[in-house]
Amino acid sequence: MAHTDLDINYLAHLARLALTPEEAAALNGQLAGVLSYVEKLKEVDVTGVEPMAHAQPRVNVSRPDEVRPSLPHSEALRNAPASANGLFVVPKIVE
Amino acid sequence: MPSLNELSLTDLRDLLARGECSSREVVEACLDRVDAVEAQVRAFLHLDREGALRQADAADAARRAGEASDRPLLGLPLGLKDVLAEQGQQLTCGSRILADFISPYDATVVERLRQAGAVLFGRLNMDEFAMGSSTENSAYFPTRNPWDLDRTPGGSSGGCAAAVAAAECPASIGSDTGGSVRQPAAFCGVVGLKPTYGRVSRYGLVAYASSLDQVGPVTRSVSDAALLLGVMAGHDSRDATSLPDPAPDYAAALDRGVRGLRIGLPREYRVGGLAPEVGGAVEAAVKVLADLGAEVREISLPHTEHSVAAYYIIAPAEASANLARFDGIRYGRREDGPDPVTLYARTRGSGFGREVKRRIVLGTYVLSSGYYDAYYLRAQKVRALIRRDFLRAFEEVDLILTPTTPTTAFRLGEKVDDPLQMYLMDVFTLACNLAGLCGISLPCGFSGSPRLPIGLQLLGPPLGETVLLQAAQAYQSATAWHRELPGLATAPGGSEPASG
Repeated sequence: MAHTDLDINYLAHLARLALTPEEAAALNGQLAGVLSYVEKLKEVDVTGVEPMAHAQPRVNVSRPDEVRPSLPHSEALRNAPASANGLFVVPKIVE
Repeated sequence: MPSLNELSLTDLRDLLARGECSSREVVEACLDRVDAVEAQVRAFLHLDREGALRQADAADAARRAGEASDRPLLGLPLGLKDVLAEQGQQLTCGSRILADFISPYDATVVERLRQAGAVLFGRLNMDEFAMGSSTENSAYFPTRNPWDLDRTPGGSSGGCAAAVAAAECPASIGSDTGGSVRQPAAFCGVVGLKPTYGRVSRYGLVAYASSLDQVGPVTRSVSDAALLLGVMAGHDSRDATSLPDPAPDYAAALDRGVRGLRIGLPREYRVGGLAPEVGGAVEAAVKVLADLGAEVREISLPHTEHSVAAYYIIAPAEASANLARFDGIRYGRREDGPDPVTLYARTRGSGFGREVKRRIVLGTYVLSSGYYDAYYLRAQKVRALIRRDFLRAFEEVDLILTPTTPTTAFRLGEKVDDPLQMYLMDVFTLACNLAGLCGISLPCGFSGSPRLPIGLQLLGPPLGETVLLQAAQAYQSATAWHRELPGLATAPGGSEPASG
């Protein structure tokens, strides 16, 4: 659980988060502190313990596969930063 | 005689039913109070004045038409944390990235509150995306504690608690992921309820940490919390984590008392860092409950000291995944770039604030290849042990009693640059979410100087709301802490911004 290799710029890239150099430096110190603290979890014997992903043991909740009302097209696009011809506008992906 | 804006929901409901006041008068009293104190408190991100009066008039008309009987909240004003979708209203989540977002639909909770006749009054301030314990992480402005304007109201539902404490509205609806309803309720001297995970639908609640988030009310009294829970609770097919169990009549069971109830005091909660005045007030509350007939005994929750560490791995991990949706494409702010990856990074870099970035990066780290097992998977195993501790304890006791917070409200700016110190303030509230329990915070006293509210927390087993509310009601019937109001200076007919 060593965190000497904490590479903020790499993590920011994975998270698609542009950081200023000042932000990256501040985060580095603060996260190193938090990660040192959570080292506490190493003290706990978790042998044979099943990980808990969820607060209630419910699985495979399904509903009938049928058409139901949904947002009208125009409403779904209303909060889009850029749209045209009933579609979201994105930067060019393929040359 | 207190003015209308100072009354509880149940008191107002009774006045309205007897025709002794109109919903319009109630809403106007709240709006007048907002005009008098909001410049100091700053609980609201947006106030829907005209909408509130229109809804109040509609409620009064419905009552005259004899439509009050199956609408338990008819004409009662409620504030909503700016994280719950309300059709046609803003939904900023306290973030710049959603500055211009307008909700296209109602959250299930909002739909139910409307059907019950509530007057939706405005959008309340919060820590950005519910990440924080002081409401200082709002991208817009910090909210202040009505008991001491130099202190925080707590968070992340700080606007919800401050608005109720300042008597700007009788109740509000917040969300609680690690204490975000209970902790601000404790700091502001009001009641905050976190229902069992899955009891209240999360459809239309903007997600922070999906396995922990739950909607909950902030009120003046326990009976008001029971009233609102009764309206909000129940199965919703639009939330796959919603529990199928029918919601009982919480209000009907409120006055059963605590005689014979077994209340556990966890020995691990006597931690260093507990303010003596908080410890003293909680001990006095234990005596009140014992005098009312509760059987008090010590219990053990051995993994208590690991709950903060487990939470601050699990919650950021889930947050980093949930907040991936804010990419500048489908909604929200966009900063253009020559290619999609640059567009995403610029949009998110400029749209998110410091704490949100901190948790996204932390969550990305603990989920990343090579660290997943050491951090995230281990935290999930510790979470299972924390839950097991509680379920074992609930074989011996009906409820567990703790302080809500280790201290009273801290000063604005005091912890803002020290995230770990801020996180440690959540030590008593986090386990409730990790283990999927229900919990409530209620006022149990005041510190001496400055005079600040102290919160008592009761925790119940999954779906144990009936007994939880019953015990809280018994305590409140025997004490008067919840009736106290802060001595805010008012500025009638015009308001000056607070200084300092």
